[in-house]
Order: sequence, then structure tokens, then C-alpha cells
Amino acid sequence: MAAALPLATAASGRARRARAEVLRVAARCARSRARAGELRLPHGAVPCPVFMPVGTRGTAKGVTAAQLAALGCRICLGNTYHLGTRPGPELVQRAGGLHGFMDWPHNLLTDSGGFQMVSLAALAEVTEEGVRFRSPYGGEEILLSPEKSMEIQNALGADIVMQLDDVVSSTTTGPRVEEAMHRSVRWLDRCIAANRHPERQHLFAIIQGGLDPALRTKCLEEMTQRDVPGFAIGGLSGGEEKTCFWRMVKLSTERLPPEKPRYLMGVGYATDLVVCVALGCDMFDCVFPTRTARFGSALVPWGSLQLKNKQFAKDFRPIDADCECPTCRGYSRAYLHALLRSDTAALHHLTVHNIAYQLQLMRSVRESILAQRFPQFVRDFMRTMYGSRDKYPAWAVEALASVDIPLD
Amino acid sequence: MRVELRGAGGGRLGALAGLGRGGAALALPGCLLYTRTGSAPHLTRDTLRAVRGVPAVAQLTLPALAELHEVLEEYKEGAAKFIGMPDTVLYCSLQDPVTPCPSGYNTNKTVSLWGNSGRMEVTASKFMDIQRAIKPDWFQCISDGDTISGEVGRKRAKKSVDRSLSFLDICLQLLEKSPELQGSVMIGAIEGGDILEERLRSARETAKRPVGGFLLDGFQGRAMAKETKLKLIASVTAELPEDKPRIIHGIGKPDEVLECIERGVDIFESFFPFQVTERGCALSFSYDYHPNPEAAVLKQNGVQDPEKNNAEKDQDEISRADSEMTPFEIFLKDKRYQDDFGPLLEGCTCYCCQRHTRAYVHHLLVTNELLAGVLLMMHNFQHYFSFFSAIRDALRDNKLDQLKKLIFGQALQGPANAKPGQ
Repeated sequence: MAAALPLATAASGRARRARAEVLRVAARCARSRARAGELRLPHGAVPCPVFMPVGTRGTAKGVTAAQLAALGCRICLGNTYHLGTRPGPELVQRAGGLHGFMDWPHNLLTDSGGFQMVSLAALAEVTEEGVRFRSPYGGEEILLSPEKSMEIQNALGADIVMQLDDVVSSTTTGPRVEEAMHRSVRWLDRCIAANRHPERQHLFAIIQGGLDPALRTKCLEEMTQRDVPGFAIGGLSGGEEKTCFWRMVKLSTERLPPEKPRYLMGVGYATDLVVCVALGCDMFDCVFPTRTARFGSALVPWGSLQLKNKQFAKDFRPIDADCECPTCRGYSRAYLHALLRSDTAALHHLTVHNIAYQLQLMRSVRESILAQRFPQFVRDFMRTMYGSRDKYPAWAVEALASVDIPLD
Repeated sequence: MRVELRGAGGGRLGALAGLGRGGAALALPGCLLYTRTGSAPHLTRDTLRAVRGVPAVAQLTLPALAELHEVLEEYKEGAAKFIGMPDTVLYCSLQDPVTPCPSGYNTNKTVSLWGNSGRMEVTASKFMDIQRAIKPDWFQCISDGDTISGEVGRKRAKKSVDRSLSFLDICLQLLEKSPELQGSVMIGAIEGGDILEERLRSARETAKRPVGGFLLDGFQGRAMAKETKLKLIASVTAELPEDKPRIIHGIGKPDEVLECIERGVDIFESFFPFQVTERGCALSFSYDYHPNPEAAVLKQNGVQDPEKNNAEKDQDEISRADSEMTPFEIFLKDKRYQDDFGPLLEGCTCYCCQRHTRAYVHHLLVTNELLAGVLLMMHNFQHYFSFFSAIRDALRDNKLDQLKKLIFGQALQGPANAKPGQ
């Protein structure tokens, strides 16, 4: 079914006149599709490619806003579903929006609340109207429609807001995937029309279509006709085969306008970040680094350290001798191992380190693109992470080869 | 280290100088920074640095470190460096004030410690081995303080004194033979339960030994009647030399702190703000003893004196909050703070009060976010340390009575921070 184009075009036309392009590209890799530049957002410039830590309920977990800013973070995520239920958009608005509530002076991105549809699927019923949840907190019924999602996101006041999309698990097949794709297009138009503050809240579209190239292509054709400030690639990173995953990412970046940012949702493993930058993505988010910290796991260029393991009890080295984060400058693996058994401060040390690791990785990626040595960076990265060529994951080798970065 | 007293009415105002390698000083009366396995609870170095007035001396608790004995032995460079506080003066206490110690396990030759992995039985010799690996600046000598759980009796009280003196003599001998502990100061523990004669005997005998300071032990918990407790504390300190510091364990509430200071105690722990944090509360008591012209005017105009404001204290708030909650704090998880956009405490300059609101902390508590503990700990520590600063000011200005009146008033009625008209 065709979308209600006239309404969407008028609204996005107003938006277009009100805003300049969000992405400024400073350099493009001569071989791969990688780009480096910055995002120009209401709360300041954000260098990209960028990794955005997730602060689901208005907090980057045990890390204060000051610590997060000190690590160099200039954009992080809040979750509309969680904040929309507790404490609720009216209260957040009275607190000065999410920025005021969290005391975060930099940029924020809120998702639509739609992803919880997949993760809390047992509670949801999807219709053309929206998604009907039964709240796990109070048992009451909530209808999350495109309009409602935009209303909440407008109240939260994030710099980038996401359309409500009809999300299906990437392992789902059959007619449901097509239905969801078309509905997402229609919901995009409703979101564009419902966005009350397009001049300071940039609404991104989310490309769906599952793992079906034809559906994805169709979705891209439709959505790129709408004038939105940026595009997200959604519906991936949900447990699908990596070989399908990278092909869908590449297909998407191929057909997305080059002058607009590409946000690959839910991707955060180091290898995935590097490969997907090569494939042409600019923005990433993932709970993995902060979540894994709370399980005692520290990210390092050659993998991760499970600091609860006995082997670290007498290891007096820092997590990573080359890391300059406060954790690595002040504490040893042995101390963190001991502290993990007795105080939450250990989790905070690891959260700080893991965020620092992710941000430093992206900084290095960006610098290498600017200096036109990204392909060499990729080769060095893979060798450090996996040790030898035979250990490189096949999907990553293929994906990189497809954008002219051979690893042999 | 040396005690420098400035001579003030009602308390020993001064400083403990010449501490550690850097010659730091601890203002007296003062408190120690409470740590768990060497970390200020919930706080990393950056967040701790944002707290104002952090004391120069941090308290390590032996049970946590005893479990790390082997690790510290291999590390060789001492606990201060291991925990990431190389320049902080460290005091190692025998027990953790927050962890309850089951009774009945000490013997003539051993004391039991309670850590994450359960019970550890420690002899004087083993105790000194562990201290050699820790290399603290001060440490409480191993002692038998198991006199706090209810009916103690004269015999048990006498035993606590005999055992502790015996431990002390053994450890002093071992200390002489320990080059690793050359710079470390032994703190003698004064025991004796609730028996005056035993307390006096313990104080006099301990004072004869070459210890660097004294710990008033066995006053933790609630078994001892308040009158008895205060009388014993006064009697004990009267027996102690003026020029050595007196530490007390297990006393944390503001009113009790003042009572002890009046009776010759110098140094306290800061586990109390940690306990307040753990029950989702924020310290909110006032220590501003300066006569407030504004409050006087309000009183005249018939607006309720905020100090007496708590008749309306919500019964629900008290019943749902921790039963340990004191009148010196507010329970931020209570619904009334859901849309309260004021700071935790009006006028507080801590990180949390400067940047966040009661509504935000309430939200963090309701959603079980880790950041709640971080922000509350920062506020509660800073408030507590500022309280001690106010005590020192009051002693200097000869206004201890006003401060006492203010604090004791709140002990009965609750905090003076409720907004007018609330």
C-alpha cells in the first residue's frame, strides 16, 4: 500500500527548509566505502564514525555524566520505551527534557521504543494503529503508535529521534517480513508528520526488510524518497548469520544517499564496527560494552578479559598497558579481580574502561580514514584481534574483500 | 605522628600531624574514609575526587585484605599501591563495621574474621604476617572485642581484656622484628565490655605499652545501655595520655558522634553515610549552628520553624523505608520525591546536588540503576565530612552547645530541610 505521500512531503519540506545537512564528510577512503567527518547536531559537533554508548533509562549505568563527557563521549542513547513508562514523558519534560534530567550537555539519540517489541514480544500485538503492549511494570495496556512515539520523543527532546518501525526478528521469514517493511514506510510518514520539532530534533528513518534483498531494496527505494536528515539500518544484529548480515549492510549503504549519515543499529563488537565502517556506516550503538562490563569483562584489542577468573588474581598489570583511561592508569587486573567480589565500584571501573575502549577504537578508525591509511588500519586491527590469518572470521574477510580491502 | 591540640572547650580540637610519607595531617575531631576492599563504596577515583573534604586517612578493613594475603605477599608493594591509593594514609581496622560478627568464636590464641569466603581464624603471628603484606600506616592490634552481643558478664569482659593485652604484647614484639612495618603505628584496643573495672584496667594497661594511639572497642551495636556506654567512654579516655589519638569504632550517628567528642574521642569511622546510601537515603540533617536571622523572622511571622516541621512526617515513608532509617536522612524512593526538582538538600554543594534533582535520584532508585548508589554516596560522604568540619568550627568558635542543640533536636524530630509549606 502506498504511503500518504502529500502529508509527509509537506512536513518534510518544512523540515528541509529549516535545517542544514547533519553530516559533513571530511574524507573518504580511496578504496573502501569508509567516510570520516562530523555530525552537526544541536548540542554540538560529533566526530564520526562514532560509537554511541547506551544509557537506557537516562543514565550511562554507573558512570556519571561528567565521567562520560570526560571520556570524550559527545552523543549517547536513551530508550523511549523505558523512559516513556518510568518516569514518563511529562515528568522528563518538566525536568528540562532528557538533557536536563540527566544533566547531559552533549547530544542524545532516542530510539522509538520499537525494539522492545521484538525483545518483549510476548507482550505485544502489532496492528496498523501501532503496537499494543502490556506494561511489565503495572500491567496496564499501552498503545505505542507512530504519533505516540513522536510525542514521547518530542518531550524527551533528544537531538536525533528514530521513527517507530514495525520490527521483526531478523530470523523471521515469510509474509510477516514484507508486511512489516511496508508498514514501516507508512509509519515513517506518520512520524514525519507528527514530529513537532524538526528544526532541533532530527528524525531518522529506519530501513527494514529483514534478510531479503528484494524487500530491503524496496524499502530503500521508498524511504529514500522521503526527505529525512539521516537513515538507520535496522532489523539486523539480532542473531542472524553474519554472512547475511554484512550483505544486507552493504546493500543498504549502496542505496543510501552518500551525503546523509548511516546509523547501523545494535552493532558494537569491535570487528563488526571496523567492517561496517568499511561498508559505509557512520554511527553505531550497542549495549554490549557496558553490559559486559557489569559481568566483569574488560574489552581489549585482542579480545576480552574475564576478570572474575582466578588467573587474574595475581596479575598486577593494568587491563591494557596502552589504554589511557582512568581505570588503566590507576588499577591493576588483580585489584579489579578482588574488588569485583565486594563492591560495585569494580563495575564502574570496567564500564569506564569499556566505553574508553570503544571510543578510542572509533577515534583510531577515524584518524586512519582522514590520513588515507584505513585499509592498513584494518589489516593491523585484524591481526591484533585474531593473531593469525587462519583465525580471521570468514564473513569479515569476505565483507572487507568486497570493498577492496583484501586481508591476505 | 603527633597530636597537636589547640585547646578548646568541650572537645579536643587540633590535628594529627606527620602522617605517612608525605607528612599529611588529619584534622581533629575527624573521621576516616570508609572503604570496602580498599575502594570508597561505589566510587572510582574520579567520582571520589569530586567529593569535598575527603579525610586524609582511609580505613581498610582486615577481613577483606586477609583474603588477599597471598596476593599482597606476591605483590610486595603494600596495600596502598595495590588499591590505587598510593599517597593515602591507611588505617587497618580488625573488623568491618558494617559486617555483623557472629559471637563466640574467639579463643585465647585466635580471633575470627568474617570475609566474603566466610570465617578466618587468625593467631597473633598470622595477624602480623598479614600486616607485613599490607604495610598500613596505622593498624588496630588484634584484639578480642566479642563483648557486644547482649549479656556479657564480668568473666567474659575480663577475658576480653586479658586476651587483648596478651595479643598486644606478642604483636609489639613481632613488630620490633618486622622491617616491613618500620613506619607503621600500632593502635592498642581497649576492651572490657560493659564492666567499668575491666575498662579501666584495659585502658591503664594498654597505655603502659608503646602504642601510637588507642581504639575504644566493644561499643558497637545496641546491647549496651546508652548511659553505660557514655560513662565508660568518658572513664576510659580520662585514663589515656593527651598526646595520643583516640579512635572509636561503631559510632556513626551525628548525635552519638557529638556525645563521644565531648568525652574525649578524636577519630570516627564513616560507615554511617555508606549505610544511609545502601538504604536509598540521603543525609539531610542541618549542622549550621549559626543563628539564622531568616528563620527567626519566619518564626515571628508564624511560619513553622522547619526544625519542628516533622509532625507531618508521612507514616508510609517510615514504614516502607528501612527500619534502620534515622531522623537524619530522607528516603528518596518515596513517592513524594517523584516530581521534586529540588536538590537532595538545599544549599549542598556536592556533585549530586549541584547537577541533579531529587526526582532524578528517585527515578534511579525506582529503576534500580547503579548510578543511584554513586550519586547518593557522593552526597552522603560530602555531607558527613562537612558535618565534622562544622564540629571543628563550633569548637573553635566555642559554639559546641549550639551545635549540640541543633543536632539533638533533629535526633528527636527529623531533618530541618523540608521546604516551607510542605
